Amino acid sequence: MAEALIRVEGLYKVFGKDPASVMPLVREGRSKDDILAETGHTVGLKNINLKIGKGEIYVIMGLSGSGKSTLIRHFNRLIDPTEGRILIEGVDVMKLSPKELIAFRRYKMSMVFQRFGLMPHRTVLENVGYGLAIQGSDRNSRNDKAKHWLEAVGLAGYGEQYPSQLSGGQQQRVGLARALCTNAEILLMDEAFSALDPLIRSEMQDQLLELQQKLHKTIIFITHDLDEALRLGDRIAILKDGALVQEGAPVDILLHPADDYVAAFVRDVNRARALTVETVMTPAACCINSDSVRDALATLESAGRDYGFYVTQAGYQGTLSRRRLESASGEHIDSQLLEAVSPVSPDALIETVIPDTLETPGPLPVVDKDGQLQGELSRANLVEVLGGGSDRNAA
Amino acid sequence: MADASWLREFPEMDRMDLLEIRKTLDTAYREFSRSYGDAIESFFDPLLDFLIWFEQLLINSPWWAVILVVTALVYSATRSWKLSAGVVISFLLIGYFGMWEDTMSTLSIITVCTLMSIVLGIPIGILMARSDRVQTVVTPVLDIMQTMPAFVYLIPVVMLLGIGKIPGLIAVVIYAIPPVIRLTNLGIRLVDPEVMEAATAYGASPMQRLFGVQLPLAMPTIMAGINQTIMMALAMVVIASMIGVKGLGQPVLKSITNQYFTLGLFNGLAIVALAIIFDRVSQAYARRTQRHMKGGRNG
Repeated sequence: MAEALIRVEGLYKVFGKDPASVMPLVREGRSKDDILAETGHTVGLKNINLKIGKGEIYVIMGLSGSGKSTLIRHFNRLIDPTEGRILIEGVDVMKLSPKELIAFRRYKMSMVFQRFGLMPHRTVLENVGYGLAIQGSDRNSRNDKAKHWLEAVGLAGYGEQYPSQLSGGQQQRVGLARALCTNAEILLMDEAFSALDPLIRSEMQDQLLELQQKLHKTIIFITHDLDEALRLGDRIAILKDGALVQEGAPVDILLHPADDYVAAFVRDVNRARALTVETVMTPAACCINSDSVRDALATLESAGRDYGFYVTQAGYQGTLSRRRLESASGEHIDSQLLEAVSPVSPDALIETVIPDTLETPGPLPVVDKDGQLQGELSRANLVEVLGGGSDRNAA
Repeated sequence: MADASWLREFPEMDRMDLLEIRKTLDTAYREFSRSYGDAIESFFDPLLDFLIWFEQLLINSPWWAVILVVTALVYSATRSWKLSAGVVISFLLIGYFGMWEDTMSTLSIITVCTLMSIVLGIPIGILMARSDRVQTVVTPVLDIMQTMPAFVYLIPVVMLLGIGKIPGLIAVVIYAIPPVIRLTNLGIRLVDPEVMEAATAYGASPMQRLFGVQLPLAMPTIMAGINQTIMMALAMVVIASMIGVKGLGQPVLKSITNQYFTLGLFNGLAIVALAIIFDRVSQAYARRTQRHMKGGRNG
């Protein structure tokens, strides 16, 4: 993780008439339901501590009522916390004066909303340029920038329409363009894709990832969809009843759920689409370094294997089988002897390598961009991961 | 208390006490109007001057010029030939039946009353929308203004300012202002909270939120309120004529006391014609300024 751009320390939020009076109960660890029954106050967030690095996509995930939308509204103080600190680049957001807060919202952060939050009485172009208009920039430069971002999200030519004339997916693209148009460093996305149908949603996810590769924003993304979280997130935080249950990289969440709640979430995830080869592969069991057929056979013998990977100093050369080696006529290994096995990349999604794994009798070599052997992927690996054993240790 | 008469008859206040209360209040108010009446009257002088000037302008201009200007205004607001033609025909008929001068008087007082209602009503509506406390205070006041018989509040107004245009104007505004206040409040409160949140998140100041988001989005509702206000002002014109407001109301009043049916009908129809023109024009104007509503769904 890069340096922490945003830090949240001991954040509590209680909704009700006199939140401060309930804080002792919350700190005692009384449950949300107890406190609601006893005092009529709703606990929104409980002792949240987060560090969010510059340039990462940080996903906050939870079911409805878990406090995720409440949490994201604390970053730009659409909601004020009951207790706790929010530091952005070391500045305590709670200590900003009203004027400073307005400037902070204008230049530091922008936000994308679940139901788009577009202004129905403004054209698409005016909507995209809204942040700049609020900043007070002149019409021409504002329209130029708005046009640029409208193009970037694939809506060139829609500028003169009104939001109500656009489909949901298009409206959210306008929302995204509006957020990007102010060039703010931090992007808050509150269930931004949840209101869209699945196909459009995955299209938008791709677009976001593509834009992020160019822009390197710090994105805080709220979702209730774990597939989406795993796809987008560099790191994921899972909320339950206002408390942070687990925080970590997608693979950690998937392979080591912290408790039953997370485990239940993870159970339904399409792992083939969420995990990469790297997280599943095992170290290569049998590497053949010598170019003599006899040595190769001996190595296979001692490893008790039928297949081995032929590796020289230049890296992975090919796969050798015991059957072919035994019937070999020459002394040395040559290209004739190599099996027709195509190596897989460690970054590939498991989904994409399933057919190859099933068609090949032996394990598949995992070879990185530089041609070095990283490990092997066998059918057994796949069965283990896709079969649902949730507490498996990744290599 | 030996007899149980309080069971059969309402135990009402002593007649003398009641008389005393009435006397005290009446005297106090009379004192008040005697000492401050002139000051308050002179406070309204500029308004009176404007009212008189506007009425004279309408009456003294040649009739064709008035029709031309009104029709031009109607056309520029609605872009409808049909409506403009309707305006021309109604005005020609009104003039032909000898009601031109009264109609001009009514037109002038309605215009001024409507402007006053808008100028006072929209800011009050905005305040109500911003604060629940203001809303809980203002709402019952509006209820009183709308249900209290108009004659009742004519009395103190007349006591204070005498008979004439200004008391009439005040009476009409009191009667006609509630819809614009109520609907401004409602319109602002109905603005999609997510749109407001978006404006706040992008750093809009309270003024930018009010003028850039809340008022434009509340405009259809506010226009409905203005429309209602105009209708109520027209309805009040007859009653206001009792305290000396010139216009179509006076012939109506005269025909009630003298049982002139036809005179009453003609003047009544002239009021209806004005009402329909005001209604259609304000509605068509509102529709034309809400182009974004056309797209069907409205996020």
